[in-house]
Amino acid sequence: MAQETRELICINCPMGCPLTVTLEDGVVTSVSGNTCPRGDAYGRKEVTNPTRIVTTTVPVDGSATERMVSVKTALDIPKGKIFDVVRELSGVRAQAPVEIGDVVLANVAGTGVDVIATKRA
Amino acid sequence: MSAAIERRAIVVVGGGPAGLAAAIAAYEAGEHDVLILERDTQLGGILNQCIHNGFGLHTFKEELTGPEYAQRFIDRADELGIERRLGTMVLDISSERVVTTVSAANGIDRIQAGAVVLAMGCRERPRGALATPGYRPAGVYSAGTAQRLVNIEGQLPGREVVILGSGDIGLIMARRMTLEGAHVACVAEIMPYSGGLKRNIVQCLDDFGIPLLLSHTVVDVEGRDRVEAVTIAQVDERLKPIPGTEVRYPCDTLMLSVGLLPENELSREAGVELSPVTRGPVVDQSLQTSVAGIFACGNVLHVHDLVDFVSQEAAAAGTQAARYVMADAEEASASRGIPVAATDGVRYTVPSFIDPQRMDDTLTVRFRVANEFRDRYVSVYLDDERIQHRKKRVMAPGEMEQVVLKRADLLAREGLSQITVKLEEA
Ligand SMILES: Cc1cc2nc3c(=O)[nH]c(=O)nc-3n(C[C@H](O)[C@H](O)[C@H](O)COP(=O)(O)OP(=O)(O)OC[C@H]3O[C@@H](n4cnc5c(N)ncnc54)[C@H](O)[C@@H]3O)c2cc1C
Ligand code: SF4
Repeated sequence: MAQETRELICINCPMGCPLTVTLEDGVVTSVSGNTCPRGDAYGRKEVTNPTRIVTTTVPVDGSATERMVSVKTALDIPKGKIFDVVRELSGVRAQAPVEIGDVVLANVAGTGVDVIATKRA
Repeated sequence: MSAAIERRAIVVVGGGPAGLAAAIAAYEAGEHDVLILERDTQLGGILNQCIHNGFGLHTFKEELTGPEYAQRFIDRADELGIERRLGTMVLDISSERVVTTVSAANGIDRIQAGAVVLAMGCRERPRGALATPGYRPAGVYSAGTAQRLVNIEGQLPGREVVILGSGDIGLIMARRMTLEGAHVACVAEIMPYSGGLKRNIVQCLDDFGIPLLLSHTVVDVEGRDRVEAVTIAQVDERLKPIPGTEVRYPCDTLMLSVGLLPENELSREAGVELSPVTRGPVVDQSLQTSVAGIFACGNVLHVHDLVDFVSQEAAAAGTQAARYVMADAEEASASRGIPVAATDGVRYTVPSFIDPQRMDDTLTVRFRVANEFRDRYVSVYLDDERIQHRKKRVMAPGEMEQVVLKRADLLAREGLSQITVKLEEA
């Protein structure tokens, strides 16, 4: 039985709690150091299937106030797909009026996750 | 000049997250005559350019980007009908709370405020304050300026980047530039620890394999018109470059993220006493400055890394400002209270004076530590009696800490002359 511990920093919020994840034969058996349940979930996921929210901007046409509109993936996407997401967004332009939550690009990079606006424009 | 001077109960200077939360709280506390003055053309402050996520988990139980977080507060201010003047810059605040503004629409105006809430935020430490030698070629940006260029203007400042200083904006920009197709060679930090949040080191540097060089600094910048290369060297304990450790990095951009300074020109002119440690006003339990009726919150008071704490602190300042104007002003500006001493690894506390008679049932005292500490106890003493002792696994200068004091504890001690917040090994 192979026991292994990994030290991680929870990135779910800026508190940045230091986590210790214990694995037995590649299966997570415990997470400690977290302040809230999100830390536990993060610790389990980070050692098996790390994911991230991606934030960036796209140009917006027809807005009186904004040149760029900020966007994010509505949910976490696999960490290995960060650059695919950014690449797919590189040709995309938004059209004013834009509301927070509007879908700017659906199902980005085959992740099943939409890219949505985070600012009005 | 014969026109009667405009009178307002509460004037909030700055419409960032601090100003918004203060104005909303003042309104909700019962004082509806609240005016926000903002020099920018929109509310939201620095959050408008902070497009990354990580805001508001503690306030809204969800993770928002800067613009989304700001919008929640703007919506609430709209709902309450709180008046704001955009494109309006405050030029001066007198110790009698006369606020002088300038705007393209109205020229120069003067407002007599019942109470003033300072919420002007902070600015980046200028590069002139750094001892980087050589010419001042184009391609040297402060990280915040670069953030604005990329996120608001949609321009990429450069393609091959070296970042000096590991403050949060620098870390965030390392990732941002990478996603925009630039190459970030490294982040050099002169101190042996990072000034930024750990989560930002993980997801902005580690995720992209960008090296963080602790105890390193820039010793040379090459290029006359545009940056062509920078040289980075390791430093010793006295922060002096160690000869022979120099490495040259060809690049077109040097980004500086070397810290933030509270923006206190106006406070100084109003006669507000400033702390040499935080560079922000010295405040009491009500977040009132040394000038009666002038309150402070957010980054103008002390630099925050978490907007949630900015909003909480600002709400307290707004509530207190409302109480001040609604109560008898004379009563509100009596003694200063008991001093709070920050010792043994604690750099400062906010507030630095507490009057137990005037405090709420509980009071959050925020502080920063002077170094990286592991397995230390945060202790609170009332004179020589220890009343709190709490172990923390890790503390770092980049992360704000807090203790909560109870009014009952303070009142229970007669003749209390000093409150001390310090770190202890056991
Ligand atoms: C780059 C960066 C990244 C950050 N990342 C995070 C994060 O991931 N998570 C998190 O929780 N927090 C983060 N923070 C911290 C948090 O966002 C800030 O602490 C917070 O925005 C400070 O709010 P404020 O209202 O005090 O200042 P500001 O947002 O700076 O607002 C001050 C306002 O006052 C106005 N003003 C100034 N002077 C005058 C004047 N004379 N007249 C009129 N108006 C004036 C300015 O225009 C501005 O709008 C980050 C901060 C920065 C800088
Ligand atoms: S464990 Fe909870 S509080 Fe700690 S960093 Fe993670 S999300 Fe934040």
